[in-house]
Amino acid sequence: MEEISSSKYSSQDTDRGGTGSGSSGVLSGAGMQSKGNIIKRAFKCAFPYTIPIFAGFWFLGLTYGIYMNISGFSFWYPMVMSLTIFGGSLEFLAVSMLLAPYAPVQVFLMTLMIQARHLFYGLSMLDKFKGMGWKKPYLIFGMCDETFSINYTADIPEHIDRGWFYFFVTLLNHFYWFSAATIGGLVGSLLHFNTEGLDFVMTAMFVVIFMEQWFKEKRHISAWVGLGASVGCLLLFGADNFLIPTMVCILAALTVLRKPVEQRK
Amino acid sequence: MTLLQEIITIALCVAGTMLTRFLPFLVFGSKRPTPRYIQYLGKVLPGAIFAMLVIYCLRNVSVFQGSHGLPELIAIAVTVGLHLWKRQMLLSIAGGTICYMLLVQLIF
Repeated sequence: MEEISSSKYSSQDTDRGGTGSGSSGVLSGAGMQSKGNIIKRAFKCAFPYTIPIFAGFWFLGLTYGIYMNISGFSFWYPMVMSLTIFGGSLEFLAVSMLLAPYAPVQVFLMTLMIQARHLFYGLSMLDKFKGMGWKKPYLIFGMCDETFSINYTADIPEHIDRGWFYFFVTLLNHFYWFSAATIGGLVGSLLHFNTEGLDFVMTAMFVVIFMEQWFKEKRHISAWVGLGASVGCLLLFGADNFLIPTMVCILAALTVLRKPVEQRK
Repeated sequence: MTLLQEIITIALCVAGTMLTRFLPFLVFGSKRPTPRYIQYLGKVLPGAIFAMLVIYCLRNVSVFQGSHGLPELIAIAVTVGLHLWKRQMLLSIAGGTICYMLLVQLIF
């Protein structure tokens, strides 16, 4: 609860108002900016965007660590897995895969099915990640749902270095998840909070990001395609199997609609 | 499972995840221009992706059982309402989440 109520200082929501006042001065003196300054500024700009994810990841990460703890795994497991896999839903599923008989091919195929949506994230970030240098491999490595959503939609002000902004969003989210999962694995079973419903923070975040994307678009064909395909496939295939059919439907629909979509722009 | 089998299982989860994250960048590297069709997809996909992620979060909500998805519906309405009104990301997210927590803890 603490993190959520403290997140009300959203007037610092970067691009709207907050930092705008100093931008003209910064731009004129851009050549003189030291590297440390650039990094610090990017961190200050990126941090507020990650606050909802801090709340959500701490809740989910702790839950995940506790789940591993009570499933009989030492804290090393959630620690290493949160650091290397960094994908929430797969990590939860990996617990049951670790408890089941050894089936490497099945594990690999399952992973590809659950994580296939990341292919779409990569396609959307191809241009934005161009020229990111040494940061690029890490930005791609750490591109979970939440990191992608923020990095794709955030209006990064001109005077903020995009590369460092992406980097800090990725790093902070990675750190939240890693620290929560590890602590959950260490002391999880001792913690008692009434946090029922806190996981909704992720749903609320995606609703808001969906709306931001909606405001940016002139036409909403893609959003309607996504909604229709997801709801239709969810009803047809059920909660556990609807992502892949949804992706296929979205790709097919957007391919068929390419001419009208592009002409209307 | 032996420790080695556990390590292989976790490594395969990592490898599969990284494959899905890196593949677009490996196939459409920065050396040659990205095909027009892929550029088009990169532009129009996010609208559909965010819709898919919202539904993905709600995938286990049952309209016909339990609370009939009412807490989710109300909390999303609050989130949307707040965001249309103030358009401050953190306020909308915090408001919707607190509303949802109160609903599931006190009412439903």
